[in-house]
Amino acid sequence: MNPGGWFSRRSRGAREMDTVPDGVASKCLGCDEIIFVRELERNLQVCSKCGYHHRLTSAERLAITVDPDSFVETDGDLLPDDPLEFPGYVEKASTAAASSGVREAITTGDATIEGLPCVIGVADFGFMGGSMGSVVGEKIARAFERAVERAVPIVIFSASGGARMQEGLVALMQMAKTSAAAKRASLAGVPFISVLTDPTTGGVYASYASLGDVILAEPGAVVGFAGRRVGRQDLGGHLPANFQTSEFQAEHGFVDRTVPRKEMRATLAFLLRFFAASEAREGEADGS
Amino acid sequence: MFANLSPWEEVLIARHKDRPYALDYVRMIFDQYMELSGDRVWANDEAVIGGPAFLDGRPVVVIGQQKGRDLRERQRRNFGCARGPGFRKALRLARLAERFGRPLISFVDTSAAAADLRAEETGVSEAIARNMAEFAFLRTPIVAIVIGEGGSGGAMGMAVGDRVLMLEHAVFSVIPPEGCAAILWRDKEQAPQAATALKLTAKSAQHLGIVEHVLPEPLGGAHRDPSAMAASIKLSITAVLEELGRMSLDDLVAARYARYRRMGVWRTEPPSERAAEKPS
Repeated sequence: MNPGGWFSRRSRGAREMDTVPDGVASKCLGCDEIIFVRELERNLQVCSKCGYHHRLTSAERLAITVDPDSFVETDGDLLPDDPLEFPGYVEKASTAAASSGVREAITTGDATIEGLPCVIGVADFGFMGGSMGSVVGEKIARAFERAVERAVPIVIFSASGGARMQEGLVALMQMAKTSAAAKRASLAGVPFISVLTDPTTGGVYASYASLGDVILAEPGAVVGFAGRRVGRQDLGGHLPANFQTSEFQAEHGFVDRTVPRKEMRATLAFLLRFFAASEAREGEADGS
Repeated sequence: MFANLSPWEEVLIARHKDRPYALDYVRMIFDQYMELSGDRVWANDEAVIGGPAFLDGRPVVVIGQQKGRDLRERQRRNFGCARGPGFRKALRLARLAERFGRPLISFVDTSAAAADLRAEETGVSEAIARNMAEFAFLRTPIVAIVIGEGGSGGAMGMAVGDRVLMLEHAVFSVIPPEGCAAILWRDKEQAPQAATALKLTAKSAQHLGIVEHVLPEPLGGAHRDPSAMAASIKLSITAVLEELGRMSLDDLVAARYARYRRMGVWRTEPPSERAAEKPS
């Protein structure tokens, strides 16, 4: 797989609906200013005028995060089923697959970042709002288990509205499954870096995504328990301007750092080097 | 007529104003109970109650989500919608149970966790996540009983256990039917249809393998005969604890992890070469 080639092809036209319209120029979703698509691409989909971080597809995210040609997808054969026979779910999932170009709301696999091995998961908001159903939960649980087996750190980029309504209770249980898997990996000594991107809310923010040894977030991302859909007036009194954002969560101690997109790769590499160093010492003690 | 209620009618019974709440059952089921307070970090969230109790002379730790009966109590308890400190209080009491080898009994009854400013400030999401992770590996038996509303993440913050029981007319759902209807049909009035689609009844939860036992309710619902309901819950808790008590703690925790690990329904189909190369 070549995420680099994937990235440039897809960003030209296939998946623009969440970010920028097709064409030469488009409007920034943050400041409404006209920006050149080429410039936006060069700037990793961050507006050079206001710094707004437009959403990325999982392929785009992988392309700017992992070493070229290092990504090997795992569990790509898992597809959604319909445990509740929920009205319209099958159609909705197949439409989502067609429009997003991914088969489910998370892509997982092995990769290296600046030469450092890790297991990585990248959510794709374009597939049913990044919602966590059985497939997302299972892929995440398997990713944690794979990190335990390989004794490497795990990095997960989240972007999700929460549990997938169409899978009902089965989706709700993925919160417990992924949280338990995160805890199991933690007990086995696996470092977990959780990266919150726009948006990370509901049952994803309230499960594995909040359990990182280190929790990073992109600037300005919507991050909170309730999604923005819940009326602000219902949420009690005077709300701060940064309510339900990365910055609010960092201010209240639930996010370690907000990291601009262009610094994310270096930040991850720093942490992976830190964790790898401690692993090397353990290896020596074991005589391995 | 109560044998064949629609899912929406189940929702209405689960939310009935006279339905027994956690503390009602605690008083009827346990010989003695002492309420403890606070999360030892920030506050005492009264949407969550808990403390040491005796079940037929046997020491246990009880936690529960508590709605209020009258308006003043409802406000004090935030209608049973816990914030960060409520879930941390539950975790603190769960740790107490673990440390002294007491089984943990959790009464689940919340429409949802709070999502207001104070909930976000006190990290309600982190608290729910932490509870699920910690409960999954807690080295003592855990029995959770959904007595009314098992509302989404708010329920999950206190519903991870070795056995999950559910009262016949309780509901357990990923989203309230009103919210689901608003998303699906942009119309909250269609909540009854959404309740059907969500398969949120006790029978469905058991069918999906999410709960082990459904406890029949007195005719018309638990509020028609609370003491009979309490007696039935007590019998079930006692039986389940006896069963769990026969397992070693290692086996217990391994089985609990497996209980959640196997949850999920999917199909498999290898990615075709074409699809892998041309994702668009």
